[in-house]
Amino acid sequence: MGGRDLFGYVGIEAVLDQMRRKTMKAGFEFNIMVVGQSGLGKSTLVNTLFKSKVSRKSCTPSYEEKISRTVHLKSVSHIIEEKGVKMRLTVIDTPGFGDQINNENCWDPIVKYINEQYEKYLTEELHITRKRRIPDTRVHCCVYFLPATGHRLRPIDVEFMKRLGKIVSIVPVIAKADTLTMDERLDFKQRIRQDLQASGIRVYPQKEYDEDVEDRIRNDKIRENIPFAVVGTDKEHQVNGNKVLGRKTKWGIIEVENVAHCEFANLRDLLVRSHLQDLKDVTHYIHYETYRVRRLNESNASVSGLSALPLENGITEKYEAQSQL
Amino acid sequence: MIIHAVLNLCLPFRYRSVWIFDQDKEYVGFATLPNQVHRKSVKKGFDFTLMVAGESGLGKSTLVNSLFLTDLYKDRKLLNAEERITQTVEITKHTVDIEEKGVKLKLTIVDTPGFGDAVNNTECWRSVADYIDQQFEQYFRDESGLNRKNIQDNRVHCCLYFISPFGHGLRPLDVEFMKALHEKVNIVPVLAKADTLTPTEVKRKKTKIQEEIEQYGIKIYQFPDCDSDEDEEFKQQDQELKASIPFAVIGSNTVVEAKGRRVRGRLYPWGIVEVENSAHCDFVKLRNMLIRTHMQDLKDVTRETHYENYRAHCIQSMTRMVVKERNRNKLTRESGTDFPIPMVPGETDAETEKLIREKDEEVGASACTAKHRPPHSLQTEQTVRPSSDPPPDPPDPPCEPSLAASPLTPADRSKGLKSFYIAIQNNKDPYYSLGCTAHQ
Repeated sequence: MGGRDLFGYVGIEAVLDQMRRKTMKAGFEFNIMVVGQSGLGKSTLVNTLFKSKVSRKSCTPSYEEKISRTVHLKSVSHIIEEKGVKMRLTVIDTPGFGDQINNENCWDPIVKYINEQYEKYLTEELHITRKRRIPDTRVHCCVYFLPATGHRLRPIDVEFMKRLGKIVSIVPVIAKADTLTMDERLDFKQRIRQDLQASGIRVYPQKEYDEDVEDRIRNDKIRENIPFAVVGTDKEHQVNGNKVLGRKTKWGIIEVENVAHCEFANLRDLLVRSHLQDLKDVTHYIHYETYRVRRLNESNASVSGLSALPLENGITEKYEAQSQL
Repeated sequence: MIIHAVLNLCLPFRYRSVWIFDQDKEYVGFATLPNQVHRKSVKKGFDFTLMVAGESGLGKSTLVNSLFLTDLYKDRKLLNAEERITQTVEITKHTVDIEEKGVKLKLTIVDTPGFGDAVNNTECWRSVADYIDQQFEQYFRDESGLNRKNIQDNRVHCCLYFISPFGHGLRPLDVEFMKALHEKVNIVPVLAKADTLTPTEVKRKKTKIQEEIEQYGIKIYQFPDCDSDEDEEFKQQDQELKASIPFAVIGSNTVVEAKGRRVRGRLYPWGIVEVENSAHCDFVKLRNMLIRTHMQDLKDVTRETHYENYRAHCIQSMTRMVVKERNRNKLTRESGTDFPIPMVPGETDAETEKLIREKDEEVGASACTAKHRPPHSLQTEQTVRPSSDPPPDPPDPPCEPSLAASPLTPADRSKGLKSFYIAIQNNKDPYYSLGCTAHQ
């Protein structure tokens, strides 16, 4: 498309190798938040996704599954490595969400946390002498667990996703989906999609951020299938001579990685294998920028006599001085 | 032997033992009494009111359909999320007449859509508790009325409470609901959608829930203890039944083909769950308990314990109000005969007053003899300790039951509020207390 044809080999494509080497040395960061009522299998799913014991449940030795009174956030970080690629994975858990009798405003601590991470990044970015790599604690993805009721979205689901869909990429999943037959699953998903559309909730991958046709086709396929119906486990069983991850019941073994049984593999592909970088990009270029514009407008409005210009590097110093007011 | 026979004849019918003497000489013939009762009740038919409560999406309707092999919820429409935000807890009733081998059953299912669905569920059990009280109040009115031939018994006999399998045991909402209702209705906890749990998880959850029920002092429905002369197999079955609370159930509206047979079940890519297979779930246990073995006992407990508690409190608070009125009116020299009693006008005031006073005495007497029981425990034996304190005095508005008199132990059930019955017997229909005719 456009550009000149080269009449010899220049070696531009070697830039990809250089990039790859650099990023491998530097490593990746990925922050995933899991939200849902207690007992929906959040910790188990995260462990299964990343094939290691990364969740809060496996880390705290005296872990007791008690329902906590208030919503508080707990984050656990690990560095996992695969084929020379290092990833710093942070799992942010939200115990206490939706467990009380009165759950009004139980989403407030979560919204506050996400905004705080954006704020941290923003202040770091606005410093005069910035770090080479700003530590990225922003939440790249929020996995929201829906209980497999088979009916529709509940009021608390709608309220939460409405608010958070604007500031973070939400990936809704149907938890413990082994209680739904295939037909029930399809009906349930359809009803959920209707409800999401009716309430104006945008979940990842958002339609507006598709860059080109190829993306749109790929994402449309995903959009037809969300929310993914998942089953998580960390136990292995023998099936046809192979060791598979699964849940053994009296009527059969539910294989977690078998796409005929549940959609765990699809979720894993989405989150880890194909769209991980995209999630980070959407967070950085879209959600973070929205936050930044809003914040700067706010602080500009509070200081009289300044126009809301997008900042360039030259006037960083001036802004720094004025924002101290 | 003769003394025994004489004593037998003195007791009301219910407590007589069928004693067959020497075949020819001393055979009286009342051994056929149970058959007569049986024939009469079959002709009359039975009724049973079952309430199902729990968050939506736990399979309540499916289970009801599976239990009674009907399709009560054919035209149900699910509200979408927008409509749900403004939904409040409703109480809906479905009645269906079932007949099997000549025995008629009028089954009423009370459903509670909207329970536990909102963001703020504070006091969402209030409408459920009010409904149960209303039924008690209506029955109380009917019972105290003049024409008691065709009383409709709408009292809730059993409440199946659905516990979500997705949590770690009981949620705060579950605890609050059960504590609010355990003194009004027989609660049978049920672990819903058990096909999402492996056998180990089922066992773990059941133990956890049993512990929590004991920890919070929730008095669920107690199965009556076996008589000591029952055979070992029966006793063992009874033990198993008690240990399986809460019942882990799976319901299904569809019939699938499994190993060549057509069974009620759910078809998954990884296997078929059979609802009536006791290796898969406790549905059969629940059905047997609810319908085949304990239906009459559930009704008896409702009638003798929950309803009588309600009635006692109602009368207590009414007489208290009457006394207050009387004291107030003494000053103004008006006759204190304006009773706020739900009795049909037509009875003379003097008689009503005498009735009130007598009942007041009996309430005082029975409340003192009502045994004080330690918080309910599932496994240990019930010990009965007489309480020597006078009953506490709650200043309630009329017919709002408070929890002053504690319910009776299972061992006491057969004796019940005997004093009540005897008192009533003195100036009312003697067959009233037998409970085998008008009270079903």
